[in-house]
Amino acid sequence: MSVTKLLLDESHVLLRKQCERFARAEIAPHATKWEEAGIFPRELYGKAAAAGLLGIGFDESVGGSGGGSLHLVVSIEGLMRGGSTGVAVGLWSLGIGLPPLVQSKDSFLTDTFVRPTLAGETIACLAITEPGTGSDVAGVRTRAVRDDATGDYIVNGAKLFITSGTRADVITTLCRTGDDPHGGLTFFVLTPDMNGVSVSRSLRKTGWCASDTAELAFDNVRVPATHRVGAEGSGFVTLMRNFQTERLALAAYGVATAELALEESLRYVRERSAFGRPIAKFQVTKHKLADMATKVEAAKCMTYQVAAAMDAGKYQGRDKALASAAASDAPSPAASVHSLRSSELNDARIDGVRPPQPATAPRSPRATPTPNLGLVKEVSMAKNFAAEVAVSVCYDAVQLHGGMGYMRETLVERLSRDARLLPIGGGTQEVMKEIIAKQLGL
Amino acid sequence: MKILVAFKRVIDPDARIKLTADRSGVDTDSVEYKANPFCENALEEALQIAEEHDGEVVLVSAGGPDIDKTIRAGLALGAERAIRVEIEDTVLDSDLAARVFAAVYKEEEPDIFFFGKQAIDSDNNQCGQLVAEYLGLPQACFASEVVIDDDGEVATVTREVDGGLETIALTLPAVITADLRLNTPRFAKLPDIMKAGRKTIDVMDLDDLDIEDTALKIELVSLEEPSARQAGVKVGSIDELVDKLKNEARAL
Repeated sequence: MSVTKLLLDESHVLLRKQCERFARAEIAPHATKWEEAGIFPRELYGKAAAAGLLGIGFDESVGGSGGGSLHLVVSIEGLMRGGSTGVAVGLWSLGIGLPPLVQSKDSFLTDTFVRPTLAGETIACLAITEPGTGSDVAGVRTRAVRDDATGDYIVNGAKLFITSGTRADVITTLCRTGDDPHGGLTFFVLTPDMNGVSVSRSLRKTGWCASDTAELAFDNVRVPATHRVGAEGSGFVTLMRNFQTERLALAAYGVATAELALEESLRYVRERSAFGRPIAKFQVTKHKLADMATKVEAAKCMTYQVAAAMDAGKYQGRDKALASAAASDAPSPAASVHSLRSSELNDARIDGVRPPQPATAPRSPRATPTPNLGLVKEVSMAKNFAAEVAVSVCYDAVQLHGGMGYMRETLVERLSRDARLLPIGGGTQEVMKEIIAKQLGL
Repeated sequence: MKILVAFKRVIDPDARIKLTADRSGVDTDSVEYKANPFCENALEEALQIAEEHDGEVVLVSAGGPDIDKTIRAGLALGAERAIRVEIEDTVLDSDLAARVFAAVYKEEEPDIFFFGKQAIDSDNNQCGQLVAEYLGLPQACFASEVVIDDDGEVATVTREVDGGLETIALTLPAVITADLRLNTPRFAKLPDIMKAGRKTIDVMDLDDLDIEDTALKIELVSLEEPSARQAGVKVGSIDELVDKLKNEARAL
């Protein structure tokens, strides 16, 4: 039992049970097969939508199930009970692919792409990383050039490590529409049926094996202006908002991964005997497990607390909760140097003006401004901490399992591979530390 | 059409349970509860019938305020309201529960009263039958299929009986108890979970219901934990196995 229970109300408890039931019935029996196949059946999206699992955190007005950040966290924990991070993240690629569209409040984009995806009929992905740029999003080179004759945009470039990318119907793509490193970025929705969109490679990975990961190529793709998400130049701020949810979710994956590894270990040490008694009886085992359990509890507390703080406006939906958190967050003098006030943030989103660059402090052209979205520091801390806990607890879990822990047939073997991505994906550990340091006024 | 569903909570069957020191019951200090699976089948069937026949589903359960959590889980699945009869659920036996439910039936006058065929904690399999008896209603137990006619007057129920299936027709109102194969309970969606928090749970007590006979008919004498499993042995050959089965286990 964890003290985090105190933060949950009945709706969280019930939702978690529902997700867990779905995971045990629809994922767990097939997890090994799907991990080996490198993909899971497309029908699972429909089943998950029918069970109400895809729209958590999305407002009911766009076809979602409502709920807040803490609902999202417990739903991830529940889904992870299927024993496959790959399936969980594959189902949830819409969680990063759709929010930019929702934020734009564009009814065409909502009706054409958001609703069908939340209904499990189509698959969405987010395309940011490129062969030449990752966490440094200002380096995005995929270019969208407006064709003045038709109003369409012509997109050229490539995107890498795209979760669900081999079969996504909705590709939310960050493109360069101007030269300013941050203010020249705009999201577009590309679809695989557009001429010039192709999957160059399906990538084989260390972990998250049941989710497909793609390299995508865009060759003179003609994209109608209706597929532009928000105003030109609004991409960077939209992305920063999106990162908040993505990073909280990654913290939740970390907590869930570590907790599963801990539980598997607790079970195994009671069954496995060495030198004539269960290894659970050895002090070295007990102390290791005590440390693992302590880390899991700490990561869980931090993640839940941050989620609860994001929900301070109680279930207004992710976007509104985020905005209210930003509004209530009076920027400290140190932080405001690199931050946007929430009002400026809204202006930037609506009018497409470039986020104002601070005049003070000379900075390198690639230095990343951090819009003050509220809890940026805490979300980054939770993501880093939970990721580290997942890696370390999985390492110890494998150690406790001995040779069995190195065999594909044990869950901890899979979890230890899955955990390794957590300090990398959604912003590396090092980039998180840069953000935290900046918020400390450094 | 109104459908009443008896909805019981049970200790999570996946949880490890301990007996209290005096062996009078299960130590409930840190156990998790969930809805009895057969009751979930009963509720699912009631919801499907209500959707088809434009009906209302009402839950009824007996216990203290701490069972409200389980009741809310049922409301989240689609029941419109609930009735909780205030009583300490540790002092209930099947007969008193049946008298309570029969009294609630008289208040609500539903067309169908659904039960799970049994609760997975005490496995008594008595409640539905007793209620039918006390109310003089037709009953169909262990239902694996339920069809209600267009007029809402007759239920055709397929029952799982030894060696096959039996199909019977009942004139409503009637008592039906659900088997596991009747249906697959739906998932509660988050918006419905949120709405469940605002649905009504009416609380009644034994006096409200005019129940005269509140005596327990079953006395719990004591509980025993199952004996620990004996360690197995490895045999070196088929012959040895056959020999042991024949001469030690006397199984052959």
